[in-house]
Amino acid sequence: MIRFLLKGLLRDRSRSLFPLLTVFSGVFLAVFFFSFMNGVMSDMLKTTAHFQTGHLRIMTRAYAAEADQNPIDLALVGVDKQIDQLKNLYPDVLWLPRIHFGGLLDVPDAKGETRSQGPVTGLAVRLLDQDAPEQRLLNIRESIVRGRLPRKAKEILIGDAFAKKLNVNPGEKVTLISSTMYGSMAMANFTISGTVHFGIAPMDRGAMIADIGDIQYALDMDDAACEILGFLPDDIYDDERATTMKTAFNREFSKPENEFSPRMGTLPVESGLEMYFQLMNSMGFIIVGIFVVAMSIVLWNAGLMGSLRRYGEIGVRLAIGEDKGHVYRTLIGESLMIGIAGAVLGTLCGVGISYLMQVHGIDFGDITRNSSMMISNVYRARVTPGSFLVGLAPGILSTLLGTAIAGIGIYKRQTSQLFKELET
Amino acid sequence: MKILAAMATTLMCVGLGAQPPTAREILNKVDANALSESKIVTSKMIIHGRRGTRTVEAKSWQRGNTDSFTEYLSPPREKGTKMLKLGDRLWTYSPATDRTILISGHMLRQSVMGSDLSYEDMMEDPSLENTYDATIAGSEEIAGRPAWILDLKAKESDVAYDKRRLWVDQERFIVLKGNLYAKSGKLLKQVVIQEVERLEGRWVGKSLVFKDMLKHGDGTRMVVDSIRFNPDIPAHIFSKAALRR
Repeated sequence: MIRFLLKGLLRDRSRSLFPLLTVFSGVFLAVFFFSFMNGVMSDMLKTTAHFQTGHLRIMTRAYAAEADQNPIDLALVGVDKQIDQLKNLYPDVLWLPRIHFGGLLDVPDAKGETRSQGPVTGLAVRLLDQDAPEQRLLNIRESIVRGRLPRKAKEILIGDAFAKKLNVNPGEKVTLISSTMYGSMAMANFTISGTVHFGIAPMDRGAMIADIGDIQYALDMDDAACEILGFLPDDIYDDERATTMKTAFNREFSKPENEFSPRMGTLPVESGLEMYFQLMNSMGFIIVGIFVVAMSIVLWNAGLMGSLRRYGEIGVRLAIGEDKGHVYRTLIGESLMIGIAGAVLGTLCGVGISYLMQVHGIDFGDITRNSSMMISNVYRARVTPGSFLVGLAPGILSTLLGTAIAGIGIYKRQTSQLFKELET
Repeated sequence: MKILAAMATTLMCVGLGAQPPTAREILNKVDANALSESKIVTSKMIIHGRRGTRTVEAKSWQRGNTDSFTEYLSPPREKGTKMLKLGDRLWTYSPATDRTILISGHMLRQSVMGSDLSYEDMMEDPSLENTYDATIAGSEEIAGRPAWILDLKAKESDVAYDKRRLWVDQERFIVLKGNLYAKSGKLLKQVVIQEVERLEGRWVGKSLVFKDMLKHGDGTRMVVDSIRFNPDIPAHIFSKAALRR
């Protein structure tokens, strides 16, 4: 029976080609869209975690209230002790202090007068540590365009585009003009050891990366930091664990009556990407839902057109005594074969194109030049096991559903009227 | 009723033979009391921040209304930091970097040593008469002293504070309190004199509180430790070379 139906489909292409192309296109688009969104959102969350919030972020309550202004006067103090305490409480979590600062970077001429100057957005991290996990998290080594990584105190990295704008090269001295934790003007000399390009618009505009020890000294922030970031094992964000840790930590240490007491926040809340996070979790369901409804409507329509075209054939089959249920089942059988073929082909092509985009990506740097979102300028898809599954079931299901609805007409045919209908 | 009250006040003044000074005359007297050919001031800034209190000591040399040289004496971190203002230009020298930087643009809005004063405040022409048109808004007793209330409106648009309301001591012609407003009418800063002393024939605010109304904290208390009017100051003090000395 299966072979019979298959032969019918292969020999009568008008019966199979349009539904096959419809299922193929739908599955292909669903797989590609799913993988692309998955890639972009995962990349955004990862970049945000690495550059901005960590999986967990600890700040003072006062700092958290004005965090977008980087108020270093409200920073955490006694950071070393707090990190030791956190390591005892959560030994498998990586805890790293960071300072975000702003100011001007001033390039002197031979006489010490200002040659060029520009506003700088700085990030101070543990850059000179032996294992230096920050180098991996910020992808610093791979981001170096000219020069080298800082090896000793008072060496910094600056954005390559920023360096070109200031007309300054690795090896040259610059002066950071900023404010201390107590509001005084702070000036500190640094040597540029290298330039970097992160491919993240907000980081590449006037960026400066320095060792946290140097910035603590320059900004009078002895044993202080704007925040302590926590990264869960294997750099994988686990919302359930993070939320549990946050609740326990805040219950123990965060005191509403003390604006300088620490408070912990989780990645989705700290980054303001809560909605994206929920969307990412339910994205598969959303895509499948839209896909099944849209495809069913298209394939229902295709089934109706097919029924009209095969009106005579079905009439003859009923007239010679074929059971209505059998006719209906054969149509369902045909659609099942078309559904499987379309879904498999669509999934293979969708995964293939998505994989190519995962490897190569598309550079949207020109469009995102002024963006403030922590996302790489190169957008990449991400193929996961979900990519293989997201189109298969709905591809088959929508074909079956479309045919099942269209095929109901068979039961409305009156056997007594069949010959009259066939005469006309 | 208001007209009757105004007429009564006018008649009283005529009857007593005492002509109230005009707003311009009051400003003129305020400037005459405060300004001098030159000045050497040693002062303290007690800065009340959200995290505690700091004291910064400085010595300033001033020449006319346009030039000044300031050297910070303490705390140790600020010691040796110097500032030079020549006309509308302001440089700062940091001994830690051995660099002299011109403070311009948005840097002028930054706080001086974490206080409630901005560099823009330092750049202001100290002569009120040069910068503002004034009207008398009334009189009031403030800190036990009778004071004129003056409303000042900037003559030009490029000043830090478009409007000011000043309470001027009616006898000493010293500003006892000042509210400094933006063009929008928002109160930006407030200065309140706490202690007045007569030195070298002038009334000097020995202690005052300067408060940035947009900042948390209790403001910055400024205390004048010593002041000399019209001393001879060598010209080389007001040069960029003096910053590195």
